[in-house]
Amino acid sequence: MVAVIRAHGLTKAYGDLVAVDGVDFGVEPGESFGVLGPNGAGKSTTMRMLGATLQRTSGDLAILGRDPAHEGPIIRAHLGVVPQQDNLDTELTVAENLYTYGRYFGLPRAHLRERVDGLLAFAQLEEKRDVKVDALSGGMKRRLTIARGLVNEPSLLLLDEPTTGLDPQARHILWDRLFRLKEDGVTLVITTHYMDEAEQLCDRLVVMDGGRIVAEGSPQGLIRAHSTREVVEVRFGSDRNLEVAAHLGGIGRRLEILPDRILVYSDSGEHDLQEIVARGFMPVTSLVRRSSLEDVFLRLTGRSLVDE
Amino acid sequence: MITGALATTAAVAIAERRARRPLSSVYAGRSHAILLRGLLALRTSNALAFMTGFVEPVLFLVAFGYGVGGLVGTVEIGGVEVPYAAYIAPALLAASAMNGAIIDTTFNVFFKMHYLGLYRTMMSTSLGPLDVALGEIGWAMIRGAAYAIGFLVVVTAFGLTTTWWALLLVPAAVLVAFAFASLGMTLTSYMTSFQQLNWLNFFLLPMFLFSGTFYPITTYPQWLQWVIEATPLWQAIALMRGLTFGVLDGGLAGHVAYFAVLATVGLYLTARRLDALFLR
Ligand SMILES: Nc1ncnc2c1ncn2[C@@H]1O[C@H](COP(=O)(O)OP(=O)(O)O)[C@@H](O)[C@H]1O
Ligand SMILES: [Mg+2]
Repeated sequence: MVAVIRAHGLTKAYGDLVAVDGVDFGVEPGESFGVLGPNGAGKSTTMRMLGATLQRTSGDLAILGRDPAHEGPIIRAHLGVVPQQDNLDTELTVAENLYTYGRYFGLPRAHLRERVDGLLAFAQLEEKRDVKVDALSGGMKRRLTIARGLVNEPSLLLLDEPTTGLDPQARHILWDRLFRLKEDGVTLVITTHYMDEAEQLCDRLVVMDGGRIVAEGSPQGLIRAHSTREVVEVRFGSDRNLEVAAHLGGIGRRLEILPDRILVYSDSGEHDLQEIVARGFMPVTSLVRRSSLEDVFLRLTGRSLVDE
Repeated sequence: MITGALATTAAVAIAERRARRPLSSVYAGRSHAILLRGLLALRTSNALAFMTGFVEPVLFLVAFGYGVGGLVGTVEIGGVEVPYAAYIAPALLAASAMNGAIIDTTFNVFFKMHYLGLYRTMMSTSLGPLDVALGEIGWAMIRGAAYAIGFLVVVTAFGLTTTWWALLLVPAAVLVAFAFASLGMTLTSYMTSFQQLNWLNFFLLPMFLFSGTFYPITTYPQWLQWVIEATPLWQAIALMRGLTFGVLDGGLAGHVAYFAVLATVGLYLTARRLDALFLR
């Protein structure tokens, strides 16, 4: 079976700025593939190249075995695109947004009328069908954008930061919809800077930073390879963290000193926390948790994923 | 169900069929889908703004044609004395075709391009840049031609059209509106702020006032007459006047050729610009 995406040395330069710097990755049919990275990592640039709306500067790229430089329209007919900005047509109603988008693909009217009903149900927007899109909440707009991307029954759905800016409840509704698509066998490519989103939705992911891929694997695999089983977070007050850290040598496998807390990478969090207290340092607050992709990111780049 | 995992769907079959035709990378043959979008947006959002364009030329006709016209008396055209209102009616017709097309392809297109992200959205489907250019220019043409034809009905009711040649004003208005829309969309596609659009307006008003709209340009020195004759509005007014009074000469073919070239070049440049902005 032909791979959904094959990228080799994929590069995009804007003048002197190399936004995507020679990345290699592949995506197989039915996979949920994540691109995790901070702002400016080159995620949206990558997504536009995958969506055949931005031409690469160099490297090879095949989408469903076709070269986007030459077969743009056919590739785009295969794709669903959910851009970072919703880009809904605010001069139209909810249902008209879906209907006109289907007409852009040349889909017949009768077919579309049925399909729009199905998509409104999928996006849980049946009650809003004749409302102008300005009147929708952020979460509803996002669901409508996803529904719009599904009009042409895409085999590959590209989602650029699908839940950024949404409240937790709206995010969970959205994740639930995306799970359904995954079950239906749609190949998903999702960019995000939320590690919990990547953990929830992605079978496999790449971590991007400064236009390059710095790690690749399953969420669990990446955590195993780049972090410990558990992490102890202790806070001694921002002026004392550094001073205390100097006395914690030998505890855990590794220390990470952040401005507001110390992270102790550890095989047994409880044991190491007791050890810290036993050395006479009583943290203001402490927390033992499982390692996450955030820790992987911190380890690989020395920076936090989400600016705090 | 909701998706067709790797199946050949209707959208893909349509794109594959099209790919065998020439120009398929820039044109999917679906600019009508963009006209449909314009029509739906008109119904849902823009009906009021659309209607105002019908009123404007009628106000000018009443104020100048009958108000000022009372002082002016008649004007001689091709050896015939015509009332002043009849003299300016074809010019206002040309101006209304221009205004409809230009309003739509400047402020509306700029809004759709930079605030709605509409063209980016359209081009993330299997549409090509020529579909979008042709659809949007076509929509603006419909608007300009609608104003011109609406105005033609009004002036006919006022008894200001005198020959059957005036029926040719309809296709002439369509051509003029298309050419202005092509020009407007080309210019807008290179603009990056609303301020620049206002500059465009700064040129439109003098063009409207001084292109032989209200009096013959023979009142100007020769060099200025040549400059004015190069402007699209003077070309349009000359075409419309010629048809209105049945003064048909070789000049008419020249005007038609002028607009045909403007329309084609504008369409080409717009498509190229959309490609550069949203597919490169
Ligand atoms: N059209 C553009 N022109 C110039 N630079 C751009 C353009 N788009 C993105 N960039 C730059 O490329 C880099 C990557 O941007 P982007 O792909 O949007 O990152 P992300 O989506 O991961 O936040 C950034 O430094 C950004 O400023
Ligand atoms: Mg982005």
